[in-house]
Amino acid sequence: MTDVVMPQMGESIVEGTLTKWLKKPGERVERDEPLFEISTDKVDTEIPAPAAGTLSEVLVQEGETVGINTVVARLDEGGGDAQPAAVPKPAKGAEAKAAKPAPPPPPEPAAPPPAPAAPTPEPAAPPPAKPAPPPPEPPAQEAIQPAPAPEQVEDTAPAAEAASEPAGPLSPLVRKLAREHDIDLSRVKGSGAGGRITRQDVESYLAQQGTPQGAQPAAPPATAAPQPAAPAAQQPPLAPAGQARTRIEPMSTMRLKIAEHMLLSKRTSAHVTTIHRVDMTKVARLRERLKEQFQANYGFSLTYLPFIVRASVAALRQFPLLNASLDGNNIIYHNEVNVGIAVALENGLIVPVVRAADEKNVLGLQRAIVDLAARARSRQLKPDEVQGGTFSITNFGSFGSLVGTPIINQPQVAILGVGTVDKTPVVVDDAIAIRSICHLSLTFDHRLVDGALADQFMGKVRQVLESWSEEVL
Amino acid sequence: MRKCCLRELGRVPYGEAQELQQQLVSRRQQGVAADHLLLLEHPHVITLGRNGHAENLLASQEILRREGIAFFPTDRGGDVTYHGPGQLVGYPILDLREWKRDVGAYVRAIEQVIIDTLAGYGIAAGRIPKLTGVWVEERKIAAIGVHLSRWVTSHGFALNVSTDLSYFQYIVPCGLTKPVTSMAQLGVDAAWPEVARSLAGHFGRVFDCEMVPGTEREN
Repeated sequence: MTDVVMPQMGESIVEGTLTKWLKKPGERVERDEPLFEISTDKVDTEIPAPAAGTLSEVLVQEGETVGINTVVARLDEGGGDAQPAAVPKPAKGAEAKAAKPAPPPPPEPAAPPPAPAAPTPEPAAPPPAKPAPPPPEPPAQEAIQPAPAPEQVEDTAPAAEAASEPAGPLSPLVRKLAREHDIDLSRVKGSGAGGRITRQDVESYLAQQGTPQGAQPAAPPATAAPQPAAPAAQQPPLAPAGQARTRIEPMSTMRLKIAEHMLLSKRTSAHVTTIHRVDMTKVARLRERLKEQFQANYGFSLTYLPFIVRASVAALRQFPLLNASLDGNNIIYHNEVNVGIAVALENGLIVPVVRAADEKNVLGLQRAIVDLAARARSRQLKPDEVQGGTFSITNFGSFGSLVGTPIINQPQVAILGVGTVDKTPVVVDDAIAIRSICHLSLTFDHRLVDGALADQFMGKVRQVLESWSEEVL
Repeated sequence: MRKCCLRELGRVPYGEAQELQQQLVSRRQQGVAADHLLLLEHPHVITLGRNGHAENLLASQEILRREGIAFFPTDRGGDVTYHGPGQLVGYPILDLREWKRDVGAYVRAIEQVIIDTLAGYGIAAGRIPKLTGVWVEERKIAAIGVHLSRWVTSHGFALNVSTDLSYFQYIVPCGLTKPVTSMAQLGVDAAWPEVARSLAGHFGRVFDCEMVPGTEREN
């Protein structure tokens, strides 16, 4: 392990701002290759790596200002490949710990974990989990739990992977991805040289898997509702008890962007949410009737979402203030209606935009939504497809949420949250009836939109949905 | 005494000047070139520093195109700035390991060179703490933005000699909402080559090196 420190850039300089990491955790860097950039007093400086190795731990994030000689990262000089890095591992400490509290079982306290030191080009798939008795063999770790071998706590990662590893070298990045998403790499087809699995292979494998990997109820920053289908199952297993009590991991760029964007929005707008109950029975019947035909004709299913987009567009046309944005003291009215649709990704969300949504019918909207969502999940959106939205819709109902209070997607002034559609007993003409009920919540910027207007808007959305009369096919 | 090659290049498009700097930087790093000071002038261009905020660029791409202003994101420190005719732009390519090994001292020294140059024309310029650059009262007359790679400097400074200041309307210079000024606006009618010569002299004195015209190899 080599510590990488904030360098001293001169007597007069006592601190520096880390502006950019040029390598990601898990990536390999050569000695003297630029590793990060710092900024001090209008001088931007690239700092080379002090040694060759794998960037195993990033301790200072982009944008942080720290004193000189602060350790900003650690490099692992061990044969980079063998170490899937990125796991901020309490390596030394844990080894020491592991050695101690385990006096009874077969001694060999010094037995180092197999991975790091050995520059061997892969522990080449060791025999799968033979419960071999004496030496603390790596495969044993697969059965973590309150296992019989208490000394073997650390470094679970490489071993866990080894079992499912295909032939051919794997980059640290691919290993990291595989671990993060709990992928069995033997099922991923490699397209690289000699069948080598590339990052794209893993990503497209993930994309094919479709929704299931959306472990998070990510979609909207709304109040997530408990979801029956336990999403936890997809999560990387929690560290077994007895290990370090925390695990530090740098946020991904996407995570940072989302965090920034959410806070910016909360600081910018005066968020108010109004909730309307909408009877979707008519739409539900229509959808039921057309679903199969739709699938057969177009190859994708018909959901509630395009109906809700269509109704929103009609309301936006009638109340253009909801399709506006604020710029200083000016109101910008947008003549185009571009509706952003929040799409949950494995570790975040993105809001691709259906352009000219007012020029599309239900079929066109559904097609656009399916296309954008698929490409969002496979990371193939073009930059301009996530820009220029004038209003947004987030469908947390698909994760089981009844009602949410979404955060406005700046610089827009309103966002519609769609709850789940459920058959519910309601009172109709003084009789109890079973209807398909959906709660729609509109978060609006009270700087520009007052409650009365927001509710008129929602009234229009509701009216269009409850008395749906438009042809769909 | 160390030698510093002085090259007066006249008007050079921004991209070309960047290429030349990169070549010199890498040759300086390899030790096959001496320190350099490039003095030049750019056609209208707006550049954005690595940590710059695009919102400090106030004009749309369309307006820039219509006005014939190029736009470049760069790797120097600092925010957004404008360069154009009538501005004395200086790009020192120095190995700071042979000077003070101190980026703070380097920036202060650049400021000193400009302050001394302006003093020669009777302009009392100075610093504002925390706001790198050279100021005449509350007005900025010279901007500074530097990039450092293995202690070799690039980018540098821009002194407004007779710059048409109206072009600054398109940006918030360096992200600050303070006005800009020029020698001409302050009533000094000096020609670019003359200011360049004077500045080169002060540069040699402050950095304690001999200014040698043209290119010259070390060794």
